[in-house]
Amino acid sequence: MAMSYDRAITVFSPDGHLFQVDYAQEAVKKGSTAVGVRGKNVVVLGVEKKIVAKLQEDRTVRKICSLDDNVFMAFAGLTADARIIVNRARVECQSHRLTVEDPATVEYITRYISSIKQRYTQSNGRRPFGISSLIVGFDFDGTPHLYQTDPSGTYHAWKANAIGRSAKTVREFLEKNYKEDMESDTDTIKLAIRALLEVVQSGGKNIELAIMKRDESMKMLAQEEIEEYVTAIETEKQKKT
Amino acid sequence: MGWIEILDRAEVVTDKHHIRGSTGGGEIRRAPNLVPLRITCLPNDQDKMFKLSDKILLLCVGEAGDTVQFAEYIQKNIQLYKMRNGYELSPKAAANFTRKNLADYLRSRTPYHVNLLLAGFDETDGPGLYYMDHLSALAKAPFAAHGYGAYLTLSILDRYYRPDLTRDEAVDLLKKCIEELNKRFILNLPSFSVRLIDKEGIHDLEKLMPVGAK
Repeated sequence: MAMSYDRAITVFSPDGHLFQVDYAQEAVKKGSTAVGVRGKNVVVLGVEKKIVAKLQEDRTVRKICSLDDNVFMAFAGLTADARIIVNRARVECQSHRLTVEDPATVEYITRYISSIKQRYTQSNGRRPFGISSLIVGFDFDGTPHLYQTDPSGTYHAWKANAIGRSAKTVREFLEKNYKEDMESDTDTIKLAIRALLEVVQSGGKNIELAIMKRDESMKMLAQEEIEEYVTAIETEKQKKT
Repeated sequence: MGWIEILDRAEVVTDKHHIRGSTGGGEIRRAPNLVPLRITCLPNDQDKMFKLSDKILLLCVGEAGDTVQFAEYIQKNIQLYKMRNGYELSPKAAANFTRKNLADYLRSRTPYHVNLLLAGFDETDGPGLYYMDHLSALAKAPFAAHGYGAYLTLSILDRYYRPDLTRDEAVDLLKKCIEELNKRFILNLPSFSVRLIDKEGIHDLEKLMPVGAK
């Protein structure tokens, strides 16, 4: 009798599920894919660009948002929900700088976002956020981090991960191809692109990529740069086969 | 000698003072580092200038504590705007934002008693200097000063300022002001930190130490 237990968020089902949270995770699975890779000196986030209508303006930055000079994130799921989370996170980053005179660590901001999400799984009258996010950046001591949050409010650190549509396929690809301590920035970027190419139709045109090197701010790669990487990847594939 | 005697007996509560010059190419501002009061010296390493963004500086003086609190609050909010919108506030917008905040706090139970100078470089409008006092009056000005030093320096600036000053001429004008203070101001102000803003951003110029100051 699942019907009676999924109306209110604050009610557990007999087998210990919070159905609203589970359904929120389903909403995430419908969102376009996002992939994150943590290298030694660079962190990369890639997202699948949604195909826009002919008359619609193609806005370049939508799914990858910078939270502070040292942290940025991508999400999968309900875009409108993400806007709220991103806004709160941006305010918290500045608030942290104001009180502590230091930039927030990636883990701090991840914990903050997760606790917002968790609060919404325990309040009456509110539904959980329908997004999972990949949060990447460098702490002020130079260590790179990649964290993933989900609608239930839990977060985990990853070396590489994917969320959204076909996340499982992409994650399996990453598990097979991820190498520890990738020194080369190009290799890290190529891994993210290769992972996305597995599930994205029509190649480089539908990929949006952002990178951050240590002590630099986030950089969105231009379409031409992405195409260069894609061509390089195709050539490598040809050589192998 | 006479100056030192007066210094010893003076009951002086001094406002830190600072002045700026405006030129065709950029803005210069300076703030004194040390104010000796009787036999004690007030701190000489306090930087009263706050970097609001890559091309905007806020010089904030007044009530101890209020200055840092208010300036840092404005600074972080300007940064938040940058994060939210992807570009930085223009100097004019930043000045008006600051004024609004100061005005709102003035009409609350917790006013900030601060005097400000905001300087910035805008891509379209060029350099701009904004004078703001603790009553939240805002004025765009070619040159400005706060504090007791203003009584002496504003006339110098008025006499020698031209809208088409070059960078070196502006620094010289600043030096003239400091010389005047050194000659006529009751307090001994041995060093001034100077910053310049142009289209490349904020630059630290070398500290000005007037000759004869202790």
